[in-house]
Amino acid sequence: MKTPSVRALFLAFLTVGLSGFGGVLPFARRMLVERRQWLTETDFNETLALCQSLPGPNIVNMSVVVGSRFAGPKGALACLTGLVVAPVALVLVLADLWGRFGAVGHVPGAIRGLAAAAAGLAAATTLKMARPILIQSPFSAGPIVAAAFVAVGLLRLPLPWVALTLAPVSVLIAWRRGR
Amino acid sequence: MKDPLGDTLGALAAQFTLLSLLAFGGANAVVPEMHRQAVDVHHWMSDADFTALFAIAQAAPGPNFMVSTLVGWKAAGLAGALVATAAMCAPSCFLTYWVAKAWDRFREAAWRRALAGGLAPVTVGLVAATFWLLARAADRDVRLGLVTAATVAVAYCFTRLNPLFCLAAAAGLGLLGLL
Repeated sequence: MKTPSVRALFLAFLTVGLSGFGGVLPFARRMLVERRQWLTETDFNETLALCQSLPGPNIVNMSVVVGSRFAGPKGALACLTGLVVAPVALVLVLADLWGRFGAVGHVPGAIRGLAAAAAGLAAATTLKMARPILIQSPFSAGPIVAAAFVAVGLLRLPLPWVALTLAPVSVLIAWRRGR
Repeated sequence: MKDPLGDTLGALAAQFTLLSLLAFGGANAVVPEMHRQAVDVHHWMSDADFTALFAIAQAAPGPNFMVSTLVGWKAAGLAGALVATAAMCAPSCFLTYWVAKAWDRFREAAWRRALAGGLAPVTVGLVAATFWLLARAADRDVRLGLVTAATVAVAYCFTRLNPLFCLAAAAGLGLLGLL
């Protein structure tokens, strides 16, 4: 296992940030495990499990964990900055272009198409996430999924209250099931 | 109001700090709350604007939290974009940084698995709500509904396909004046 420099960490996550569309995790795995060999496959999976049990985008959490493991707070900052800075700059340029040319010619149609497809991607993500959970425990997980959807999607209740109500109930059910 | 920009930046910072800590399963789970705050509570943008910004964030490379960057941009320009991005990233990153140091001690703990297992169905319900909100705003006629349906089918059945393909195809149809 090699120990990368802060500069190498920054550059690696800069590449990861710019390479993924709608999810950069596969690219992160390729970079960290296969190309640079900073992590083994097992390291990567365990790091991912940690990142998935904490709030925040998985890949952002992963940049912090990987950076701090090799180079402390400085490394964490380098990886996070590398991951975030270029995509944020680029998305702002896109938004600015939308602000200027959003009403020109067929651009509104393109945006309408993009939005419809983005909704479809969200639905596909939902289905992929729901499948293993509902197969494993349909009767305990199903009502929780439905309650979260109805409360936030249909009734438009504030998320903090919904989360504070549903999460403890759901964790308790999972706890009892696990024993 | 003495300082409308300062007020908006303060509201963005407070809102996204909270969302950062609630974003279990990633940013898509807190999109409905972002929408509620930006459209219904603060009136920073219309429903259609929000949907377009979400689509633009999806079409750009990078992690999926960037819709928060664009919400900040629409609400308060470049300063808003930077405040929203920082507030969305920093709290969960600090949490991850500290938890990662202690992680090895409770990797196999039963409560950790119950926590992860219990939060998953809540996340699924919230991502389903994200889909619902986006689809309601995006699918304004039958053709756009078909774009969404086709995207769901393609993205669910061909998981290895780059999601950019669906977005590009839909935007292309729009540019041709078909949507």
